[in-house]
Amino acid sequence: MHPAFSVIFLTTLIGVGQGLFLALYTGEIYSTLDLLPAQGGQFYVIGSVIAVVFMAAGLLASFFHLGHPERAWRSAARWRTSWLSREVIVLPAVISATVIYGGLHYFGWGMTADVYAVKGLLSPTILVGAAGTVAAFALFLCTGMIYACIKFLQEWASSLTVINYTLFGLASGFALATAYAAYSGSELVSFYGVIAIVTTVVAFITRVASLFRNARIKHKSTLQSALGVRHNRIQQRSQGFMGGSFNTREFFHGASVVWFKSIKWVFLVLVFPVPIALLVAGINAASFDLLAAAFVVQYIGLIAERWFFFAQANHPQNLYYQTVG
Amino acid sequence: MTQLALVIDLNVCVGCHACVTSCKEWNTSGIAGSMSDDRPYGESPTGNFFNRVQSFEVGQYPNTETVHFPKSCLHCEDPPCVPVCPTGASYKREEDGIVLVDYDKCIGCKYCSWACPYGVREIDEHQKVMKKCTLCVDRIYDESLPEAERKPACVMACPTSARLFGDVHDPDSQVSVAIREEGGYPLMPEWGTKPANHYLPRRKTKLKIHEDELIRADNPLKKEGHLPTPDESTPTLDDSTTW
Ligand code: SF4
Ligand code: SF4
Repeated sequence: MHPAFSVIFLTTLIGVGQGLFLALYTGEIYSTLDLLPAQGGQFYVIGSVIAVVFMAAGLLASFFHLGHPERAWRSAARWRTSWLSREVIVLPAVISATVIYGGLHYFGWGMTADVYAVKGLLSPTILVGAAGTVAAFALFLCTGMIYACIKFLQEWASSLTVINYTLFGLASGFALATAYAAYSGSELVSFYGVIAIVTTVVAFITRVASLFRNARIKHKSTLQSALGVRHNRIQQRSQGFMGGSFNTREFFHGASVVWFKSIKWVFLVLVFPVPIALLVAGINAASFDLLAAAFVVQYIGLIAERWFFFAQANHPQNLYYQTVG
Repeated sequence: MTQLALVIDLNVCVGCHACVTSCKEWNTSGIAGSMSDDRPYGESPTGNFFNRVQSFEVGQYPNTETVHFPKSCLHCEDPPCVPVCPTGASYKREEDGIVLVDYDKCIGCKYCSWACPYGVREIDEHQKVMKKCTLCVDRIYDESLPEAERKPACVMACPTSARLFGDVHDPDSQVSVAIREEGGYPLMPEWGTKPANHYLPRRKTKLKIHEDELIRADNPLKKEGHLPTPDESTPTLDDSTTW
């Protein structure tokens, strides 16, 4: 498939936003249970603003993918059957939950407010955060299923697709939360940092698992089944036109083999070992610069990862477009 | 229930692209607006087509055969392109099984084209909506046309009658009979899309003769051989018959 940058930015940016929101909320839960020092309301407010900025930027990027962005509202119509439609509904829901969550903290209704008898447990932020958490995970599911549900794109049609989208979102979101905590002088740096490292390690395992799976895929469609001609040797002599069409542009990545293969190594290095090393170093040195670098490097790596994710998928329609003529 | 479809006879198609040009001509002049082209006379022309004819070489030289292969939307009975559409712009008509795109609803997200294994949906790069074969829905019900012309433009154009059109759910229709009796098959059956369009295979008419059929079973001598040559002086059959 041809990797579209609108979709690459959409999926990576909202992943960061969702992950950061989940990090904020996880921190608040731990603080409520007295397992971590409580943060001031401002920590959540600014954190929520950053999360919303990332998700809104992702939403904005998605509009560049549409031929008719002014009709985008129509895409909420088929949520019963279409994962894309479901994503279109759930993404604004997560953004709204984050806005409300940050807003409640802004107005001092967070768990530190002493109006609640049971310390914070049923505070509005905990309730809204819980709803936001459900929505954020639903969004990971929707985003992953958009790709995983197309059964003949065999590289995508796997639960690993959903798992990887979720883990990459969590890893990059928690990495950003770590840098943010360091910047705002919060005590949560190592808490977030350790979760970022753990999710990155688990994501490494699942992503490598999907690379192995995809390397061994036997494609079900062949030129024989595409034409219904039983002969071991079939070659296309003409695809019916000379100058290219939507079919030759949308479904082929068009990059050289060397580029394609090197992107795999680029993302394997930038998403996993480098950020982990930077996170470890940054947590030990309590350095915002190192932690910020960890997030930035991982995010750049995720762009490469997403590019590779699209480029690697082999669409059966390509069988019909092998030779110009 | 009705399921309109095309049956394409690969044994007859000569790869002339008449269906391609006729399709383009009819549909680009239709009420839905033109099907845009870029650089039609330039270096790398590209454009929007509902139907393409491709050519494949089967076998190893010198034992090769050329298969000309027209390809358009197969109007699947279980179309994977329809449920994925977030807007409902892509839909399958209850009454005749034609899969259509509502150009006024389509947001041009291209998701449906990813979900079609056959690569027959093409975005119109200028109108920014997804387009595909409509089975000439604006022809086949047009009562101002003579009945014989209420067929898709490609079917009308085909000089070799390689394209049949009809209801594949009616067991007695021309298309159903052709599928049943001439070995009609669907493309990529492995995905369960149940394409309504079918293809008829290349087939050779051969007479199967077994060895024992070459030996006359009623040969009184039980052996083949030249009959004794008559003497030069005896009259031949030609001499004795006068009619
Ligand atoms: S051939 Fe493709 S576009 Fe046509 S109905 Fe089937 S899946 Fe949909
Ligand atoms: S491109 Fe149009 S028809 Fe296709 S899925 Fe998107 S909205 Fe539906």
